Amino acid sequence: MNQQELQALRELIASHKRWDWLFGLLGVFALMIGVLTFTALFANMAIDGIGRIDADFLTSFPSRRAANAGILSAWVGSLLVMLVTAFAAVPIGVAAGVYLEEYAPKNWLTDIIEINISNLAGVPSIIYGLLALGLFVYTFGLGQSILTAGLTLALLILPVVIVATREAIRAIPQIIREGSYACGATTWQTVRDHIVPYSSAGILTGIIIGMARAIGETAPIITIGALTFIAFLPPAPFAGEPPAGMFDWLFAPFTVMPIQMFNWTSRPEAAFAVNAAAAGFLLVLMTLAMNGLAIWLRYRLRKSIKW
Amino acid sequence: MTNAAQSLPPLKAEARDLNFHYGKFHALKGINMPVYDKKVTALIGPSGCGKSTFLRCFNRMHDLYPGNRYEGSIDFHPDRTNLLAPDIDPIEVRMRISMVFQKPNPFPKSIYENVAYGLRVRGEKSRSVVDDKVEAALRGAALWEEVKNRLKEPGANLSGGQQQRLCIARALASDPELMLFDEPTSALDPIATASIEELVSELKEKVTVLIVTHNMQQAARISDYTAYMYMGEMIEFGVTDEIFIKPAKKQTEDYITGRFG
Repeated sequence: MNQQELQALRELIASHKRWDWLFGLLGVFALMIGVLTFTALFANMAIDGIGRIDADFLTSFPSRRAANAGILSAWVGSLLVMLVTAFAAVPIGVAAGVYLEEYAPKNWLTDIIEINISNLAGVPSIIYGLLALGLFVYTFGLGQSILTAGLTLALLILPVVIVATREAIRAIPQIIREGSYACGATTWQTVRDHIVPYSSAGILTGIIIGMARAIGETAPIITIGALTFIAFLPPAPFAGEPPAGMFDWLFAPFTVMPIQMFNWTSRPEAAFAVNAAAAGFLLVLMTLAMNGLAIWLRYRLRKSIKW
Repeated sequence: MTNAAQSLPPLKAEARDLNFHYGKFHALKGINMPVYDKKVTALIGPSGCGKSTFLRCFNRMHDLYPGNRYEGSIDFHPDRTNLLAPDIDPIEVRMRISMVFQKPNPFPKSIYENVAYGLRVRGEKSRSVVDDKVEAALRGAALWEEVKNRLKEPGANLSGGQQQRLCIARALASDPELMLFDEPTSALDPIATASIEELVSELKEKVTVLIVTHNMQQAARISDYTAYMYMGEMIEFGVTDEIFIKPAKKQTEDYITGRFG
């Protein structure tokens, strides 16, 4: 190759590389739109609200005076609702996921069910609220209670749990399954001894991500008629007279964090907006903590499983 | 036939007119073959000839996937149970016939639990029985001395050859009548391969072995009988020495001498 041709080749490469550079720039810009928007929002909320967060804020009930108001009933309500959600969504979601992967015959009916589970994840959450209002509140007579809210959110995150379970199960090499069957194991023994233990990291991650979504849900909770102003706590779980009293808390009226925020933002006084920012800041922290936990758990459990 | 014909060992299993279909694909065509008790029988042939498919009929592995169909029979001696009969539970078959796979596939559990799994599946509760059988199986797989002080460690911590011996111990622990080996050394280095080959030769004192290999030297070294398969058909079956020294069929000779395959 002579000097001239070499020069032409280098120019060609340089002109191609300009596109590399251009797209890189575009990519960074696109990324920043997402990252900066969230950062700005979060920072704004933190600046407004962080001064308001102290022990009193966490241990006080809502009040007509903004300075005395706190989020005690809201965070306790959120916690209890999440407890119900977890207890309902985890066994049902994992069982459904395991069934679809390990038991279900591969035919058109299974295919249709599979497609629709993914679609369910995209149904607007208010629809779940309407469903729950008709089904849990009126038909089953569960009332506007922690139980109703927990079950509603469980329905909402069920598709997430099922999909996560299935993906985690699919990551198990087929040769492990065959090894188990070759030992004379039944499908149930294979599921119990291998499939569920080895996919637990992925399943757990899915559950936590689902819960992190559920904790911020407002629309379905409002739809079923959660109270916005509540100045008492539900009975402590499992503390009452057994057996009936232990479950009193399930039927107690309640409020949750996002509803408390919604309530405060709709007040005219500026001081309540500060309260809302503080509560929002804590809610975001809770969500981030849950996602962080999911990442950490996945990392820890994956490390202990090598194929 | 030479005088070997008169001194045939007792049968362990016998495939008769075995046909197998993966959906529309006719993978095994009218296979007839004996498996002699406490002997090593090798299945050889080019890739895709159906030797693994044939092996996996013995423990009904094909039942795990939809669309597979068996015809004919594999009679299992001494009780002459037809392994392929629809009313025979594949789990019963797999409890009598164990398998070692191409790639070592230890469970992500401890060394001890890997070996004990077959016993757990059978509901064996006695700690001392499980302990004894795990030790016996690990000794049988020539792994005991290397792992006796680290039974609680994950099986994945072992080297490839050790992992395959762990899988052999797992297959051995539940006292199988027949052991299936599906190219057990194809993922291993030459030294690990040699140790597995030695082990397989020793195993036949206690158990019948059926082994698929794409390595003809391996078949010649470790087997008593050899079957050559091609395109889903059984071309030739005989005493290993005769198959390798003077095969009856031209096709077998071409494959063995490397003119084909």
